[in-house]
Amino acid sequence: MRYESPKTTKEAVTLLSKEKGKTFVLAGGTDLLVKLRMDMIEPDLMIDIKRIPAMNEINKTATGFKIGAAVSGRQLGASKALAKAWPGVVEATNLIGSDQIQGRCTMVGNLCNASPAADSVPAMIAAGAKAVVVGKAKRRAVAVENIVTGPGQTSLAKGEIIEAITLPKRPAKSGDAYLRFIPRTEMDIAVVGVAVSLTCKRGVIDSARVSLGAVAPTPLLVKEAAAAIIGTKLDKEALENLAAACSAACNPIDDKRGTVEYRVRVAGVLAKRAANIAFERAGGKK
Amino acid sequence: MKHDQKYTGQEFKVVGARVERPDGVDKVTGRARYGADANAPGQLVGLVLRSSHAHARIVKIDTSKAEKVAGVKAVLTSADLPDLTNGDAGNYATLVNCMARDRVLYDGHAVAAVAATDKSSAKKALKLIKVTYEKLPHVTDVDEALKKGAPLVQPTNKQDGKPSNKSGHFEFGHGDIEAGLLEADIVLERSYKTEQTHQGYIEPHACLATVGPDGSGELWVTTQGHFSFRIMCAALLGMDVAKLKVTSSEIGGGFGGKTHVWIEPVALALARKSNRPVKMVMSREEVFKASGPTCATSMDVKIGAKKDGTITAAFIECRYSDGPFPGIWGMLGGMTAWACYDLKNCKAVGVDVLVNRPKVAAYRAPSAPMMAFGVESTIDQLAKELDIDPVEFRLRNVAKEGTRSSYGPIYGPIGIEPTLEAVRDHPHMRAKLRKNQGRGMASGFWFNIGGQTCSDLNVGVDGTVNLTVGTVDVGGARASLSLIAAEELGISYDQVKTNIGDTSSLGHNDTTEGSRGTFSSGMATIFAAREAIEVMKSRAAQMWGIPEDAVEWKDGEARAVGAEHGNLPALSLKEIAAEAGATGGPIAGHHEVTADGSGVSFASHICDVEVDPETGKTTVLRYTVVQDAGKAIHPDYVEGQFQGAAAQGIGWALNEEYVYGEDGCLQNAGFLDYRVPVCSDLPFIDTKILEIPNPNHPYGIRGVGECSIVPPLAAIGNAVSNAVGVRLNHVPMSPPRILKALDDAGA
Repeated sequence: MRYESPKTTKEAVTLLSKEKGKTFVLAGGTDLLVKLRMDMIEPDLMIDIKRIPAMNEINKTATGFKIGAAVSGRQLGASKALAKAWPGVVEATNLIGSDQIQGRCTMVGNLCNASPAADSVPAMIAAGAKAVVVGKAKRRAVAVENIVTGPGQTSLAKGEIIEAITLPKRPAKSGDAYLRFIPRTEMDIAVVGVAVSLTCKRGVIDSARVSLGAVAPTPLLVKEAAAAIIGTKLDKEALENLAAACSAACNPIDDKRGTVEYRVRVAGVLAKRAANIAFERAGGKK
Repeated sequence: MKHDQKYTGQEFKVVGARVERPDGVDKVTGRARYGADANAPGQLVGLVLRSSHAHARIVKIDTSKAEKVAGVKAVLTSADLPDLTNGDAGNYATLVNCMARDRVLYDGHAVAAVAATDKSSAKKALKLIKVTYEKLPHVTDVDEALKKGAPLVQPTNKQDGKPSNKSGHFEFGHGDIEAGLLEADIVLERSYKTEQTHQGYIEPHACLATVGPDGSGELWVTTQGHFSFRIMCAALLGMDVAKLKVTSSEIGGGFGGKTHVWIEPVALALARKSNRPVKMVMSREEVFKASGPTCATSMDVKIGAKKDGTITAAFIECRYSDGPFPGIWGMLGGMTAWACYDLKNCKAVGVDVLVNRPKVAAYRAPSAPMMAFGVESTIDQLAKELDIDPVEFRLRNVAKEGTRSSYGPIYGPIGIEPTLEAVRDHPHMRAKLRKNQGRGMASGFWFNIGGQTCSDLNVGVDGTVNLTVGTVDVGGARASLSLIAAEELGISYDQVKTNIGDTSSLGHNDTTEGSRGTFSSGMATIFAAREAIEVMKSRAAQMWGIPEDAVEWKDGEARAVGAEHGNLPALSLKEIAAEAGATGGPIAGHHEVTADGSGVSFASHICDVEVDPETGKTTVLRYTVVQDAGKAIHPDYVEGQFQGAAAQGIGWALNEEYVYGEDGCLQNAGFLDYRVPVCSDLPFIDTKILEIPNPNHPYGIRGVGECSIVPPLAAIGNAVSNAVGVRLNHVPMSPPRILKALDDAGA
């Protein structure tokens, strides 16, 4: 295995493109190194992106925020501006692993690991986040919901790398939230994850996005769930409709972490709770 | 009198002090050496090839390609090991479990092993071993295994003359159940299940083995009993006990799982074959798949009582899944089932059942928590039906001194009634509860054992003391034993250093299990110290030139007594030690004993939980342990044992379980999906130590390590039921199970 730590994204892309064998990008390594030690992967080339300065920055831009691919959960949590604009995204990322893991893990790593149960991904999807994908020939912005194509699989082409995540600017009266169910209190994998982001106008939900994790092969953007609460003040009926839409969108499996029945039901329960938090954060009153 | 083990009620000077633990700094700084921390020049890496079938016949193992891999020095299969087929059944099972012979019996069963100069060569070789299997039908569930037509795990195993997966049937109790039930005003019948759990020690099994051309060997290993490991390895490999030296490393948790050999005989066999040191360290996945968890169970309980709360008849049958080899788990469970109560008519049946799961090993009070779950859950329901407070109900039926226990012996002074009274009077019982919260309590029993022990106490030239014991320190025994030695000698705790001797330095010591370490080594330490005191008195007499019978030992010094010599200045231990060379040589005491009379222990627990009725998640809000310790030598460690046992019981009650797929393979062989509680899952566990002295130990010591894992399953079950109004009959009470129970009850 060859290890490289380029100083620029361009250099990283060139190395990835040239290598004929299996390539892996190393950010925090909290998934990659575990897989390596468990003999689940045998890389020919590993590219460490932590030495790329641009990838370690959180920038406020004209259109919102740009978060570098190597920014750790801890760094993210320390950004007051981000926590104010996108508390749900920050909280979701900060749920990954333990304190020690937070010092290393990254949102982009969480996304590219492409687990259906990744915590930060539904929050990013609900937030309308985009991935800045850089390849040899071009640079493109891809909606986060279009990155993961299946368990462990992404839409990235050979030689492509995600340089950063962008989050849109936040209108007034907006709020987002992410909740997950785990049987323990920490250091666990979501059995169900639900993210809700919404914006109110005159006390009524004007726009919303709802995303589910761990209930299908990929994190889901559930438009029907958003539709169930848009135009409402999140009254009981709206919440029940939201829960029903979320449960209906689930396509989970029975496994060691939870049953189909359980996941479908708890997706609805958590959706209601997450929506309530997001609504409250948006200054909504019932 | 010198070796009288009767409790004397003596006043203690240092015993009972919360002194600094001797191993603490080494453990937090990384200086402590665990199983994987030993290395030898030229050592090889040993790895095991394991079955991914639940049950299959081994048609052929082709190791030829693996043997040709560069760096590979030995490839091992059962063909390289002795055939114990017609020998001792226990040894046969142990060896076949270490390395499968004709069949693999569970997912993770070892089929071959490799020793190579480095890990990647060893891994490469493992991949090149070609095993041809013929798959056989499997059974992993204890109830399924007892059904007619179930696949037979051991075709030679017979019950009532017919092939069966039932491998043991044990009955305990007295009186007449049917007559007792006729006397009852109310009879409750309930059935329960508990899933398989693992001890979950943080340190995986690890060892370093060498075998010389002369057939003598050395084994460095993480173990609860290096003497027992020596006997097992020697018997399995045909070695002489005296020619195998086993050294126990620091141990990162055992809880019963390190009382049994798994990779150690393989490491020795690889070392013998390769003529090189071989180091083996299990991965976590291997620990879960191929080192002994405890049993899954299924049970039926029937209790009859009168309106006044008197139990008239108590019956339980519990079926234990032993893995592929017969065990005694049903027997142990059966003995403990009704031990808390004074019953006219009681019966406990323990049944052992073979399944295609790993070979079961002891887990902290093995077999008792499951039966206690059935017994204490049913008793709680019975109390409710009769509208009697659950603590009061238990007190009305409680076992006392003189009670004939359900497993036979007549009790001496015991602590079950005091623990229940302490629970009844505890402020925890009156704390307010909110919506969706519930409180539960339950009691538990464990025997504790004594057994063979041998200790040496050597007084150094500077007056400091080395105590060498052969019981591995898994729970703080070194601190406790140093306190005991200091107490006897009349010196301070920091003048004593306790070491665990290797197998060549002491006589046989039984394994640290059955909460015996401090009880038995404590006894041997007391008598070794008293022997050393006799030596020192004699040396002082020499130094003074007076008769030995004119010397007394008090407060760490020899004092001349009587009208004639009483005015001589006392001689301290240090002064006597300094002159040892001139007065007869080294000063030492020694004692070996089969320590009888281990006092039984009882615990009663209280817990408060909150259950989220929408997700089924249970949060433990408050937890209190009351247990009889006999005498708490080092109260911090005693409390730690209570808390640790309760924590393991809570994990077992709520989330821990082996999950098997249709293919008979283990789905969650890792700490991510085998969910032991993390720190934030638990409240601070409150403890109350009761001290009802064990009459058969000079200091009144009872074992304390295991008993408190017995009540939590039922205590939590009772609390959850009180919180949600629905009875949970299946452990772990995981969120999906709680939600389903609520659904089924239409709540």
